[in-house]
Amino acid sequence: MERALFVIFALTAIVAALNVLLRRHPLHSALALLVVLGALAGLYILLGAYFLAMIQVVIYAGAILVLFLFVIMLLNIRAEEARLARRPFLRWLALPFALLLGAEIFYLVRTFEENPVPSGTSVGVTEAIGRELFTTYLLPFEVTSILILIAILGAVVLARRG
Amino acid sequence: MTTIPISWYLAVAAVLFTIGAVTVFVKRNALVMLLGIELMLNAANLTAVTFSSYFRELAGQILVFFVMVVAAAEAAVGLAIIVLLFRHRETLNVDEAQLLKL
Repeated sequence: MERALFVIFALTAIVAALNVLLRRHPLHSALALLVVLGALAGLYILLGAYFLAMIQVVIYAGAILVLFLFVIMLLNIRAEEARLARRPFLRWLALPFALLLGAEIFYLVRTFEENPVPSGTSVGVTEAIGRELFTTYLLPFEVTSILILIAILGAVVLARRG
Repeated sequence: MTTIPISWYLAVAAVLFTIGAVTVFVKRNALVMLLGIELMLNAANLTAVTFSSYFRELAGQILVFFVMVVAAAEAAVGLAIIVLLFRHRETLNVDEAQLLKL
């Protein structure tokens, strides 16, 4: 059951990620990324990180992706026409280099073969995360608020200049 | 109940990260390049959550929380810059936006 769910979520994520890469229209890419984020939320639940799964859906899919979609529709971006690249052969170098990068990461993770993830761990419940966030990681949490403030100011300044 | 090997999660994260990196390098549309960056961030998040669950240590999930917050800030500023770029250049092709001066 658990493995079946894992395979479903993982395949959904990978196929949707390929769609992000292969679609020509930015709107289709953004919607495919939405599917990836949903599938990753499912994987987080399988890992016992319930709070992060909820945050993934609410913040990533609900706020960030909607921001992307909003900008795409606001600017009325059309599909990119297949214009001639200045160095067309570079495009075909992408595949071997992608395979090389993937192989490197696989080489790094291959050592974790026989260690199963314990299922149903309750380490990611909201209460535990909240307690950690407001005790051990209080300073980073507060600094994050300043970062958000600066980002808001930056966005407003950029918008007003245009 | 069967449990899932940790390497499966790491393999999925590796595939997602690779696809995100290729998206950033291959696409010429600035907006889609940002989408590729989000994809890579999510792959790294999956790795962090996997190890957090494996070692039963909350620090990984706290890290993912902060990554999400920073991603939100990055998306807000990046999209503002993209809107400005589009207003001035009428295109999002990064090959045609070589000068920092608008």
